[in-house]
Amino acid sequence: MAYGFTTAAYVVAAVLFILSLGGLSGQESAKRAVWYGIAGMALAVAATLYGPGADNWLISLAMIVVGGAIGWVVAQRVQMTEMPQLVAAMHSLVGLAAVFIGFNTHIELVRIAGLDEAAKAALTGFAAVVAHKTGVEVTILRVETFLGVFIGAVTFTGSVIAFGKLAGRVDGKAKKLPGGHVLNAAAALISVVLLAVYLQSGSTLALAGMTLAAFFIGYHLIMGIGGADMPVVVSMLNSYSGWAAAAIGFSLSNDLLIVVGALVGSSGAILSYIMCKAMNRSFISVILGGFGGTTGPAMEVTGEQVAIDAEGVAAALNDADSVIIIPGYGMAVAQAQQSVSELTRKLRAKGKNVRFAIHPVAGRLPGHMNVLLAEAKVPYDIVLEMDEINEDFPETDVAIVIGSNDIVNPAAQEDPNSPIAGMPVLECWKAKQVFVSKRGQGTGYSGIENPLFYKENTRMFYGDAKKSIDQLLPMID
Amino acid sequence: MKIGALAEVFPGETRVALTPDSAGQLAKLGHVSVIQSGAGAKAGFSDAAYAAAGVEVLPDAAAVIAAADVLVKVRGPEMAEAQALRSGQTLISFFWPAQNPELLEAVKARGATVVAMDMVPRISRAQKMDALSSMANLAGYRAVIEAANNFPRFFTGQVTAAGKVPPAKVLIVGAGVAGLAAIGASVSLGAITYAFDVRPEVAEQINSMGAEFVYLDFAEAAQDGAATGGYAAPSSPEFREAQLKKFRELAPDMDIVITTALIPGRPAPKLWLEDMVAAMKPGSVIVDLAAERGGNCDLTVPDQKIVTANGVTIVGYTDFPSRMAAQASTLYANNIRHMLTDLTPKKDGVIDHNMEDDVIRGATVAKDGDVTWPPPPPKIAAIAAQKPKEKARELTAEEKRAAEVAAFKAQTRSQVTLLAVGGALMLLAGLYAPASFMSHFIVFVLAVFVGFQVIWNVSHSLHTPLMAVTNAISSIIILGALMQIGSGSVLVVVLAALSVFMAGINIFGGFMVTRRMLAMFQKS
Repeated sequence: MAYGFTTAAYVVAAVLFILSLGGLSGQESAKRAVWYGIAGMALAVAATLYGPGADNWLISLAMIVVGGAIGWVVAQRVQMTEMPQLVAAMHSLVGLAAVFIGFNTHIELVRIAGLDEAAKAALTGFAAVVAHKTGVEVTILRVETFLGVFIGAVTFTGSVIAFGKLAGRVDGKAKKLPGGHVLNAAAALISVVLLAVYLQSGSTLALAGMTLAAFFIGYHLIMGIGGADMPVVVSMLNSYSGWAAAAIGFSLSNDLLIVVGALVGSSGAILSYIMCKAMNRSFISVILGGFGGTTGPAMEVTGEQVAIDAEGVAAALNDADSVIIIPGYGMAVAQAQQSVSELTRKLRAKGKNVRFAIHPVAGRLPGHMNVLLAEAKVPYDIVLEMDEINEDFPETDVAIVIGSNDIVNPAAQEDPNSPIAGMPVLECWKAKQVFVSKRGQGTGYSGIENPLFYKENTRMFYGDAKKSIDQLLPMID
Repeated sequence: MKIGALAEVFPGETRVALTPDSAGQLAKLGHVSVIQSGAGAKAGFSDAAYAAAGVEVLPDAAAVIAAADVLVKVRGPEMAEAQALRSGQTLISFFWPAQNPELLEAVKARGATVVAMDMVPRISRAQKMDALSSMANLAGYRAVIEAANNFPRFFTGQVTAAGKVPPAKVLIVGAGVAGLAAIGASVSLGAITYAFDVRPEVAEQINSMGAEFVYLDFAEAAQDGAATGGYAAPSSPEFREAQLKKFRELAPDMDIVITTALIPGRPAPKLWLEDMVAAMKPGSVIVDLAAERGGNCDLTVPDQKIVTANGVTIVGYTDFPSRMAAQASTLYANNIRHMLTDLTPKKDGVIDHNMEDDVIRGATVAKDGDVTWPPPPPKIAAIAAQKPKEKARELTAEEKRAAEVAAFKAQTRSQVTLLAVGGALMLLAGLYAPASFMSHFIVFVLAVFVGFQVIWNVSHSLHTPLMAVTNAISSIIILGALMQIGSGSVLVVVLAALSVFMAGINIFGGFMVTRRMLAMFQKS
């Protein structure tokens, strides 16, 4: 009876989750979609608490309440520019939870193996399910548990490192221990060997050893990936956390866990794929760290960067009819989105056509710029994707590049030897005039010279993005 | 070189091609100017004024033609004038070569060079010598003034002690240079102004001048004005019908109609038909700027102002620029002066007729005994083409089909391969795995599939909320912890409780932050 009820609730919850993800196809339906997700989660938790196998629900409730309160407060306080860190941090929680649950399954297995038939029969809940498994099923259970722990562990350390890089607590540059990929491969090989050992003996030591190896893989993989590739990494970790949940679902024979884990896993995988396509990179090479090999020396960049002051930019903006703003991570770092929004509002009030061009990998999270601009109350219908706006640059009077670099680098098209050759970029240099708001003369995250800065129609507007734009505001009349 | 300005012989023509000002500018280029006595009188420039500017005043046309190397004029030459030209002499004036082939033959026979001001190509560099535009600008303004002159009411609406006056409603058909000038004048007089044009891309210009664009609900491939040098092209019969229907609808409401519709090289299209005139209120005014080319209105009589039986005044003057002779002469003389500047690149008083120059080549219709009209298309596109409507796909039907078939085959092959491999793996797993595992496995595969299908549609701008939601949802792992927390082992309980705790943070944090983000997305 209770089992039937729980299953029914799971079906409803699964449908709600699917609707929730599907609803994100549009801004308006997305607002409804979140509620589907919340309802689905509430239903799933309630049904599990009520259903078989759950006991101690007082502790459960207490834990949910305490954890929920923390989550609530964090979500309320977090700055929109800190979204990437937050998402990464949350992934690490899911990863760690998966490791714990996997270990629990193992502990139960060991415990049950030590019991006699009578005691087995007296077991209830999850233990009872485990107790009734036959030989082959126990082997499969071990594989599932092992996988769950492995993916969970990789997700955990990977997310922690990603969090550190995004929050600036770990150096963002791609770094590898001596040995590079060999280390990863060795750790993976050790894991496989330990799997065989674990299947044979069910030894706790094998499981723990593998966990350590997986922790290392997660750490080393993400350390080897540069900051510019972070959008891919975050969505990839998202995918991992889903697969971990699905693996745990197998080991617990819980269909809802499997379904939702698979949904999350596939969605993360697709997001990563979309990101990689936008950067014209192979998924594998991003995951394995850094750029593909260059084939020759990069093209020489000639000319010099010409600086301009706020008055010059303001004069050009006052004269322009159409303006396209290209925000990048620099805008997020400088917290300049409110100033940019104010600038947009002023320019639009004067009847100018102001639009935003968003590169798919701008920022450190897929869709990062859209969220920041939305926070600053920039209407989303003037925020356009690369494909929608790239053809309009030749008819644009002024393009303003705020804190982006690689995504506006003409070398991607002009220099076949450039590390980013072939990556689709925003062709802002085709606008009549380009202003680049930038802190100094350094290179971007990828460390490549940007010929855009040396073009004849480009003027460099040096300084902190927020300060620069605040300086501009009173001059727009 | 000696530049000679002739007096206009066409009846009613009051303009002159040289002003004292422009003569001064020409002197800076090294030219000497002469003018026929009395040529500027009707435009308000006396012979004395010319003499004061250093222009030699000659008694008659013959003397000017004999003295000058370059003749400047407003209207095209009469046959007699054309035949008086000599070999090597240059004439700069309106010419209309398409309409005047015999005149063209005559100057060719004389061996003279003719620069036609009406043939100046419409490119940015040539705007300063585009006399058609400068004259059209005047005509548009003047049309509104003539309309106001004949209109028995205010243009602007007023509420006075003596009663309320409604504003006049003005419809301007054709938003070329003349139309836009008319819109400007009409709006500044305070009338409610509507404007129509067959080229939808001018809607923005119309709105920028303060008029309302009359939209036509018609699904035809929009005309690209850029293809015809910025002018309108003839429209299809269906389009014309839709257009007339709209006008018929507007006619009773309009107090003033100003038509400016011209198609290059054709009679003016009839747009304001008899029944529309009949539908208008008494006292209404129609000003037909296309009267010279037959008129846009059925009832227009060129060069006359008539009043119809129902009291509608129709103005068919063809001499609007001449009605503002001083202004028109100044502008035209400046156009001529700019043309001569381009013809005198070294500013040394020597004409260098450079036929490689797009503007000069385009405007020259006869040179050294040859007819050089029509000119080849200019090297620079006149006006930026409208943004390409589609990517050029010049594949033939067969090629397209072949490509489609090939793509379809490739897709089928990859899909079938994937399915075969996947299916084989499934079957292999099915051979060894117990039934309990397989039932979960089916659920898993289906869920992956659903996930792929659903996520493809998520718009890019929502990827961050998507990640936050999937993150929140991935804390479904709490279910596993909840199921284990009832275990007999203390260690298990502790670990499970910790997992519940972490997942709890995730659930609430993930959903809350998603809601916050989505609430921020606003439409303008």
